Amino acid sequence: MSTHSLAAPQSSASSKPSLATPGQWLTIAGIVGFLGLFLIVPVGMVILVAFKDPNTGAFTLVNFADFLKNPLFLRAFWNSFYVSIMSVVWASVLALPLAYLTTRFDFRGSGVIQTLGIIPLIMPPFAGAVAMQLLFGRNGTINLLLGDWFGVNIPFMEGLNGVIFVQSVHYFPFILINLTASLRNIDRAMEEAAQNLGCSGFRLFRRIVFPLAMPGYVAGASLVFIKVFDDLATPLLLNVKDMLAPQAYLRITSIGLKDPTGYVISVVLIVFSVLSLWVASLATRGRDYATVQRGGGGLSKREMKPRHMIAAYGVIALILFLVLSPHIGLFLLSISTIWSYSPLPDAYTVQHYSRVVMESGQFITNTLLYASLAGLIDVVLGTAIAYLVIRTKIAGRQWLDYLASAAIAVPGVVLGIGYLRAYYGVSLPSGQSVTSFWLIIVIALAVRRLPYALRACMAAMQQISVSLEEAAENLGATKARTIRRIVVPLMTGGIAAGFVTSFATAAVELSATMMLVQNTSDAPLAYGLYVFMQSPAGRGAGAALGIIAVLIVGISTYLSNVIAERDRAAKAGQT
Amino acid sequence: MSLNVHNQLMDDIRHNAAGIVIRDVNLSYGQTHVLKGINLTIEPGEFFAFLGPSGCGKTTLLRLIAGFNIAQTGTVSVGGADVSGLPPWKRDVGMVFQSYALWPHMSVAQNVAFGLEERRIARDEIISRVDQALELVGLRHLKDRKPSQLSGGQQQRVALARTIAIRPKVLLLDEPLSNLDAKMRVQVRRELRELQQELGITTIFVTHDQEEANTICDRIAVMHDGIVQQVGSPMDLYDRPANLFVANFLGTANILPGTLSSDRKLFRLAGGSDIPVAADVLALDKPQLVFRPQNAALADERGQAAEGRTRLAGEVTNSEFLGSSVRYGIRIGGTDVLVDVAHQSGVEPLRPGSRVAVDLDHARALYLNA
Repeated sequence: MSTHSLAAPQSSASSKPSLATPGQWLTIAGIVGFLGLFLIVPVGMVILVAFKDPNTGAFTLVNFADFLKNPLFLRAFWNSFYVSIMSVVWASVLALPLAYLTTRFDFRGSGVIQTLGIIPLIMPPFAGAVAMQLLFGRNGTINLLLGDWFGVNIPFMEGLNGVIFVQSVHYFPFILINLTASLRNIDRAMEEAAQNLGCSGFRLFRRIVFPLAMPGYVAGASLVFIKVFDDLATPLLLNVKDMLAPQAYLRITSIGLKDPTGYVISVVLIVFSVLSLWVASLATRGRDYATVQRGGGGLSKREMKPRHMIAAYGVIALILFLVLSPHIGLFLLSISTIWSYSPLPDAYTVQHYSRVVMESGQFITNTLLYASLAGLIDVVLGTAIAYLVIRTKIAGRQWLDYLASAAIAVPGVVLGIGYLRAYYGVSLPSGQSVTSFWLIIVIALAVRRLPYALRACMAAMQQISVSLEEAAENLGATKARTIRRIVVPLMTGGIAAGFVTSFATAAVELSATMMLVQNTSDAPLAYGLYVFMQSPAGRGAGAALGIIAVLIVGISTYLSNVIAERDRAAKAGQT
Repeated sequence: MSLNVHNQLMDDIRHNAAGIVIRDVNLSYGQTHVLKGINLTIEPGEFFAFLGPSGCGKTTLLRLIAGFNIAQTGTVSVGGADVSGLPPWKRDVGMVFQSYALWPHMSVAQNVAFGLEERRIARDEIISRVDQALELVGLRHLKDRKPSQLSGGQQQRVALARTIAIRPKVLLLDEPLSNLDAKMRVQVRRELRELQQELGITTIFVTHDQEEANTICDRIAVMHDGIVQQVGSPMDLYDRPANLFVANFLGTANILPGTLSSDRKLFRLAGGSDIPVAADVLALDKPQLVFRPQNAALADERGQAAEGRTRLAGEVTNSEFLGSSVRYGIRIGGTDVLVDVAHQSGVEPLRPGSRVAVDLDHARALYLNA
């Protein structure tokens, strides 16, 4: 973002596409080069290999035919599909009441409920998986109690059920956040008009509220679908191997980079990600229902009858217990000596924490380093792209946005496979392969999180009035100096938000990472956690590491809120 | 709107028209007392306005009738039945929202059909009533459009059609003209008046614009500070305002301070002139003389005023050309007053500093409490 031109300011108002200045060319070349090397080439390679005969190198569909003939892969495909759909269903069941109750009724503690509802996101889903085994598994707390009281055992965590349960609890905030935003944007007159014409209660929700909130819901639901469809670590940790992402991983790691099946599965994963994004865009196109209009009132918050209020609190408490259970379980596990076949741990200890800090401090420092670097790369790229797309008229500038956002459709395991395929043979001067150098993990994290950071930067840029920049130029500041002195300071909040989004999610990523970690000393926390969780003896320490991850992400999220809040306060009054 | 239309819906609505009685209504939000002791009676078929500056409580009162607000005390009756305890969806009180509130996910026809569907009316009947309602506002040809494909004026008509399709007992309009441009506003308000006359539906119109209220309403309730200041026909309110707020809010008013003479037969202006007063002024404890700019005339400072008038000497401080008239600012004693003089082409306006006199007609002077 500091490489913009010093040439004469061009008119931002002109509607004709204009030529970029040399500084802008340089920036564009940098962005395209980075994304080309680390997104397009590796993913393109994966797709190419899927269509190539492994022996002759000629174009072929044989690999796909093999895939379709293999019952294991077909089952894996259906399992992935089923798990993703059911996760969306259950995530909706969890998110809908929370979103509706907190936005539409006068509710004590709406803010707390919303915040608690987002907490699941700040923890690696697979870390929660182990904890949920202990709470909901066949011999977990809930089933032991159910067995004692009613003599029943509910298979919450058996096979695919477990994956669905863990995933829907972990990813439901995506629906909650989007749905809440949509519900907040509905002009209260929209609902009052319906009431005025005789509509109320559940019909009001079904006929007016939900259709108007639909775009937000679909956006959230499609994200959940993609995330679950692509996730590698959770099914592996729950020992569910007949799903697509685990199969791709197992083929590549056990049979090797030459085996085409891993690539075919990768292509299937990409196609479904793209499809689900496409469905989401179809569902939301032309339906920008932000309906708060002139003269419209904001939210209409209704009062509830005491009877309904009690029922609502009951529902909310149950949902919050479910979605927070991984955290509760993980915390208990991290301070327990032995916990099995009993509702609660036998005794408590802090030795897991000391063990983790003494033995595995490397994991923590690696994570902080990798996630910070990835976040930094993302906000630099994000700000530059946002500026080029929003503030210049360069022909084709939208493609920068599309290119950077394309990463959202690329599963981590696919990106990892792509890096291995493309750069395994490329060596650093030291003789080490590029793919075993720790920086490649940082780059993978940066590429994967760029779409989210970019959205934050775009939003921040859009909120800055062009006239603020024009005023600076009018007073003699060049483009570059205007960006440095006006644009970037005004974007602080958005940039911070972008950084934290990247940082927090990169800190718990374990799909691309799992493919790329070659050396335990280079591994980040999520990987260490995974390794610990493999053995019963390591679970306590793994849980302690998980709690540390939650704390890191939680604190950084909190800090970003503080920064954003301060930023907003500083800009209050300026519109 | 095409008012050479006549259909069943219009007859039904005329038949349904109901009066509204609001009794002893008090409403507070927390510490803020928004409506204070409101009493109003609105006749069936009347076109009634709630007029007042923003924050006066007029929209709150309208929403109270629709059931979106709940008063701490008092009752609202529609057609003789107390509706205070009914939720909005059981009131049969049609409301057109300021933002129109057309649902963007439904077509024009679906929007209009909505209330009928909620009433579980047979499908054929719904179709025919939707057509009738759209016919009434002249938009039948647009029934398959989405709201976003309509102009602001068309959206408003759809909102109106959607409301009258349910044959409401009362029609509530919340600032219906505020989202239209100036030219449309004049046209739409005329159409609204015509439609209301044709339907004979009891209508309440909320506005902060006195011109809108004056031109289309039968009667107006002027509101300020949560209190109904005065109820009357537009002309009544203009000519005989009950207090200084109403006098100032409806048009321009000149206010001259003074005192009653000890025998209470003369009003003595601060400048020293005396004006004979009628008996009803005696009830005021701090009377002030109030007159409209067009109710006084400029005269030569030196002559004598005619019988029944008082001549006040002053000096021109400024003049504004308004087209049909010139409005002079004239300083009399320590007070500035405004006087309108009809403009004739070729006549030069008086310059600031000119000495003039203002002739005040005793019959057109009002006395209001300070």
